[in-house]
Amino acid sequence: MTINEIQEELIEDFSFYQDWMEKYEYIIQLGKEVPLIKEEYKKDDYIIKGCQSKVWLYPELRDGKVYFTADSDAVITKGLVSLMVKVLSGHTPQEIAQTDLYFIDKIGLKEHLSPTRANGLLSMVKQMKLYAVALQMRA
Amino acid sequence: MIFDIEKIRTDFPILGREVNGRPLVYFDNGATTQKPKQVIDAITRYYADMNSNVHRGVHYLSQISTDAFEVTRRKVQAFIHAKHEHEIIITKGTTEAINIVASCYGRPFIDAGDEIIISAMEHHSNIVPWQMLCDEKGCKLRIIPMNDNGELAIEAYKSLFSERTKLVSFTYVSNALGTVNPVKEMIDIAHEHGVPVLVDGAQAIQHVAIDVQALDVDFFAFSGHKMYGPTGVGVLYGKEELLNKMPPYQGGGDMIKDVTFEKTTYNELPFKFEAGTPNIEAGICLGDAIDYIEGIGLDAIKAYEDELLAYATSRLSEIEGIRFIGTAEQKSSVISFVVDGVHPYDIGVILDKLGIAVRTGHHCAQPVMDAFDIPGTVRVSLAMYNTKEEVDALIEGLKRALNMLL
Repeated sequence: MTINEIQEELIEDFSFYQDWMEKYEYIIQLGKEVPLIKEEYKKDDYIIKGCQSKVWLYPELRDGKVYFTADSDAVITKGLVSLMVKVLSGHTPQEIAQTDLYFIDKIGLKEHLSPTRANGLLSMVKQMKLYAVALQMRA
Repeated sequence: MIFDIEKIRTDFPILGREVNGRPLVYFDNGATTQKPKQVIDAITRYYADMNSNVHRGVHYLSQISTDAFEVTRRKVQAFIHAKHEHEIIITKGTTEAINIVASCYGRPFIDAGDEIIISAMEHHSNIVPWQMLCDEKGCKLRIIPMNDNGELAIEAYKSLFSERTKLVSFTYVSNALGTVNPVKEMIDIAHEHGVPVLVDGAQAIQHVAIDVQALDVDFFAFSGHKMYGPTGVGVLYGKEELLNKMPPYQGGGDMIKDVTFEKTTYNELPFKFEAGTPNIEAGICLGDAIDYIEGIGLDAIKAYEDELLAYATSRLSEIEGIRFIGTAEQKSSVISFVVDGVHPYDIGVILDKLGIAVRTGHHCAQPVMDAFDIPGTVRVSLAMYNTKEEVDALIEGLKRALNMLL
């Protein structure tokens, strides 16, 4: 699936949840499905700054595609990073760097994108795109 | 005096609003308090009726705004029982007040090898200015340790003094733990060694009656916005003798007597520390906040808040897996806690969805969090307008949140 196809799928998934509680329960559930970062990478080098909770994110380039693993010590943040991994993992650096993540607004999580939000969703997006660019340059 | 909570709540318009479709429950008063309409109206009145720069013009508006600004100075003087009104320096807030002391007392009077004593429970505002001074001058910080309850170790404090100790600076009430420190005793100990003391009163001024002369404190700092007043204004109280010895903080207008290109003579107290146009509206309306507090009475406020604190602590104890951070015998208006297996941030997000505002994180007191080996806490901080019903709503919200998160 392309990034946009995944975004569309998530928008549809989230459209079933009218209630904020259900939505957050789903996000928490997604957190449990995140491909976990290896313990050895859970160090400061891979921490995303700008989060009140800790988020670790590790990128890997395989066959020209970027795969992310991640973790967080807060379950909502973990759900958010899981969402991002779901959308961006398995695509080429170029695709990741150029993508417009319109789904965040569509699923009603725009409030989390504000630069002043303590969860750092914006920092996650920035970092993932940076990793993609860096891997592209190295490749 | 009767403490009329219904009347008080109607004075604060924001308490009537909804957040995320729920009635607002505001428990982030340690960060800033809401404002009564008496203060809000005063701000409007200032701009509608008297806006003009202070301490300069001879024209009518400048006179009345200057007078109103100076009325606040006298209200502050009376509120904290200072001896002279010129001992009241109007600042941007507590942080600036502490920085003035670090800059204008620290730089001239503290040298390489000298020592400054602060405590383990300080807000970053009462750590970083001293670290910057130490970096510049080569002086050293000594830290008063605390016990597991979040109480300062007074015997250890006594042993920190040496002939190199030049200043002591600590908080009256801990913003992260709620601990009320034995300030009078601690000031007396410092004075026995001939060392002046700065007390950070940011979390005390709205809860505890302050008498700077009875405390014999040398410097006392607080903010307007934490005492139901406007943002952008605060106070540095200093003993006249010390303030007179200190050079001005910044150069500019108002702090001078005469300026030629060869030489400038500085203005007298308090103006030599108030360069530039101040936040006039906030300065004036801080006086209205003081009037509001005095109209209710700090003793009545304290009694009400203490009862509410006890109620909230006891209700929160019902929560399984809760651990209170800061269990000092003397506490004021702050409950910090963690719940086993749950990140404070997650709790804060869910409570926000329920219209309940709490603070999560390290509360600008990272060393305190490190001491308890936690990433942060959920902090519930109370004000005079909070109620037991709001505490009940918090408990219900917390139970819902934990249900989702665990």
